[in-house]
Amino acid sequence: MNPSNETELAGVVKAAASKGRRLRIRGGGTRSRLGRPVEADEILSTTGLTGISLYEPGALTIVAAAGTPLAEIKATLNAEGQRLPFEPMDHRGLLGSEGEPTIGSVVACNISGPRRIQAGACRDSLIGVRFVDGQGTVLKNGGRVMKNVTGYDLVKLMAGSYGTLGVLTEVAFKVLPKPEACGVVLIQGLDDRAAVKAMSAAVGSPYDVTGAAHLPVGVDGDPVTMIRVEGFEASVTYRGGKLRDLLASYGDISIESDPAKTEAGWAHVRDVAPFHDREGDVWRVSVKPSDGPDLIGAMRDAGQSADVIYDWSGGLIWVLTPEGTDIRPHCPAGHATLIRASEETKNRLPVFQPQVEVLERISRDLREKFDPKNILNPGLMG
Amino acid sequence: MEMPVPNQDIITKKQHLVRRFQAVLPDEAVIHEIAETLAYECDALTAYRCPPLVAVLPGTTEEVSAVLKICHEEGVPVVPRGAGTSLAGGSLPTADSVILGVSRMSDVLETDYENRFIRVQTGRTNLSVTGAVEEHSFFYAPDPSSQLACAIAGNIAMNSGGAHCLKYGVTTNNLLGVTMVMMDGEIVEIGGAHLDAGGLDLLGVICGSEGQLGIVTEATLRILRKPEAARPILMGFDSNEVAGACVSDIIKAGILPVAIEFMDRPCIRATDDFCGAGYPDVEALLIVEVEGSDQEIADQLGRITEIAEKHNPAELRVSKSDEESAKIWAGRKAAFGAMGKINDYMCLDGTIPVNELPYVLRRIGELSKQYGLDVANVFHAGDGNMHPLILFDANKPGDLETCEEMGAEILKVCVEVGGCLTGEHGVGVEKRDLMLHQYNADDLEAQLKIKDAFDPAWLLNPAKVFPLKISESRRAA
Repeated sequence: MNPSNETELAGVVKAAASKGRRLRIRGGGTRSRLGRPVEADEILSTTGLTGISLYEPGALTIVAAAGTPLAEIKATLNAEGQRLPFEPMDHRGLLGSEGEPTIGSVVACNISGPRRIQAGACRDSLIGVRFVDGQGTVLKNGGRVMKNVTGYDLVKLMAGSYGTLGVLTEVAFKVLPKPEACGVVLIQGLDDRAAVKAMSAAVGSPYDVTGAAHLPVGVDGDPVTMIRVEGFEASVTYRGGKLRDLLASYGDISIESDPAKTEAGWAHVRDVAPFHDREGDVWRVSVKPSDGPDLIGAMRDAGQSADVIYDWSGGLIWVLTPEGTDIRPHCPAGHATLIRASEETKNRLPVFQPQVEVLERISRDLREKFDPKNILNPGLMG
Repeated sequence: MEMPVPNQDIITKKQHLVRRFQAVLPDEAVIHEIAETLAYECDALTAYRCPPLVAVLPGTTEEVSAVLKICHEEGVPVVPRGAGTSLAGGSLPTADSVILGVSRMSDVLETDYENRFIRVQTGRTNLSVTGAVEEHSFFYAPDPSSQLACAIAGNIAMNSGGAHCLKYGVTTNNLLGVTMVMMDGEIVEIGGAHLDAGGLDLLGVICGSEGQLGIVTEATLRILRKPEAARPILMGFDSNEVAGACVSDIIKAGILPVAIEFMDRPCIRATDDFCGAGYPDVEALLIVEVEGSDQEIADQLGRITEIAEKHNPAELRVSKSDEESAKIWAGRKAAFGAMGKINDYMCLDGTIPVNELPYVLRRIGELSKQYGLDVANVFHAGDGNMHPLILFDANKPGDLETCEEMGAEILKVCVEVGGCLTGEHGVGVEKRDLMLHQYNADDLEAQLKIKDAFDPAWLLNPAKVFPLKISESRRAA
């Protein structure tokens, strides 16, 4: 089913609820493999809901229908020298999927990239939503202004709820100017622990770092640590130089400022490119940055193979493991999500981090209240 | 303003409740003498007052849990209170309620500069969070203007903002985790030193829920390294439209100032009389602040000056020293005090799309004439969060009511142009009955369901946020 507007979509959900027909909600289909396997009777596509209904560059605000291709949003913002602040990942390479990512799926999965450490996550830029709950009721929360505390913040709740509380129909964002220049400080040859320390020193400096990642196996096979600054040209030169001085004791440092190269480098990290054509499961782990190397150390001590990419200054770890490995026993405080695995593994291991009983109960309650017939992506989040 | 009729059965068992609280708290933490409960009869929305039945001041999360367990068993409403600086009546009690204040819980529990967070008890004041990390050149970004007095507990409850949120965001963007006590006394940890949620983003819902979902006793907050320096530029314009256009052009030019503050003529005059800031006598004044190294600041201010000059400013003053910066900010920071000196005032907090600024100011001017009350405007122009101050005389019968009516009309204008009722103060009791102008009944029902899931008996701060008629069946149950 592919309704062409919000009213039609609400009708479809209402009809499905009355018949108890379970719906698989789908935007461009590029992230369909995220979450637990869903058993559904029908696919409900949001690709019929398209178009940017409002864009005010002077107010840093954009509003679009959920099925609008992400590429269209990016191009529209780019034409005015602006961008989505949170640098959403493209999952096609990692999940081997095809299609056009939609802005709705970015929100439904709360997708953020390397700039999350400085500009916040998708949920932090999201300022308004419209959605249809599991009974076909059209609801709204937030709006089109960036400061809004009028009632509860369901905007945050909808971001990352994977369509299990409602089907997004419209999303509104605060956007930011796209900086004139970008510089990347590259440090060669650090081990994981030293890299996390270097990244921590960089993001704890006054130089407004917008990305800090470490690849133990860089493109040329050796470890490389990447620290990004963005802004006006003179400013990028200045802060790059300051960071080079600050990090001088860590190792060989160079600065890359070629736009094509810096963009490709961060896309490589953002899209987890090193794991694209590799066999195995992929986990996404959110930790206190200094805990990251311990997690990997514990896995290796236990004889488990683990390839790793550190983003978010070490706060986000992508781990490639042999099929079926459960990494949670080694995880410190934080949360681990199984991103890529076989259906069998996803049925055996919790895809999302299990929570304490009271939080599980509240989450279950909320799902029951927003989707009493359990027809929206049933079982996707467990 | 209407509040629910107090439950006489609860009032009758006051002594019984006091004894139960005294069994789990030190004696001095249970405040029940009438003369003493008066201290908790209102917050910064002083127009409405009602002493609570009892006020309790627990010193630990476990004590908060013990108190809530008792209130849960006894069916007693609980009104959480941070420092009592709410402008929306967020911690206004009812006669049958227990005020639970976290002011005794103000410790720093952990600071971690490597991972850039601080964990504090939530009775700690906003400014003293920065105070705890300042010597390492770090700071906590959200800076509500009450930051000297307001507590982190209230900041989380109201999702407080401040002048610098265009760049740094509001509380919810800087809150990593909480320890929260549920109404039934269960203690739960949500989030932590890591980023984002592993399941549904419950932390995102708790922040800004006005103390209706649980009592947050500890918070993990993101701290940031201070920029090398900051410096403002002051600009005066002959019309609000031109000032608005200038703001828009600055943003479109790719410059992201940390703050863009706006004041209109009545506000400029009042503050200048009050503290001698030396402001020009213009229709609209902008203060724009940028950060970075001296060179970066000079570069940004140069670009801003160039843009401003295209709009024929009546005045343009770039700060060249810390002293000049302080002078530029002095009037803005004194604005509320200055207005308070002249008159009683009511401070509104609606947010509008920035491009609607000239229209909304014009409408406010018309309403001011219609109701016969003066208005001074001061607000965060970068994010559209307005603070119209309506001046009235509390001693003149009917003036408060006229002021409230006019305030409601201004907020309706904010909603009409695509904005909202409150940008950073919260709904509390003040804007409760206007919620149906922003949201329809279905939208509000969705929010009520959230409270149902966290606090099924509706005992936590029950008479706030939602129009009483809408929450009535749940509160009665």
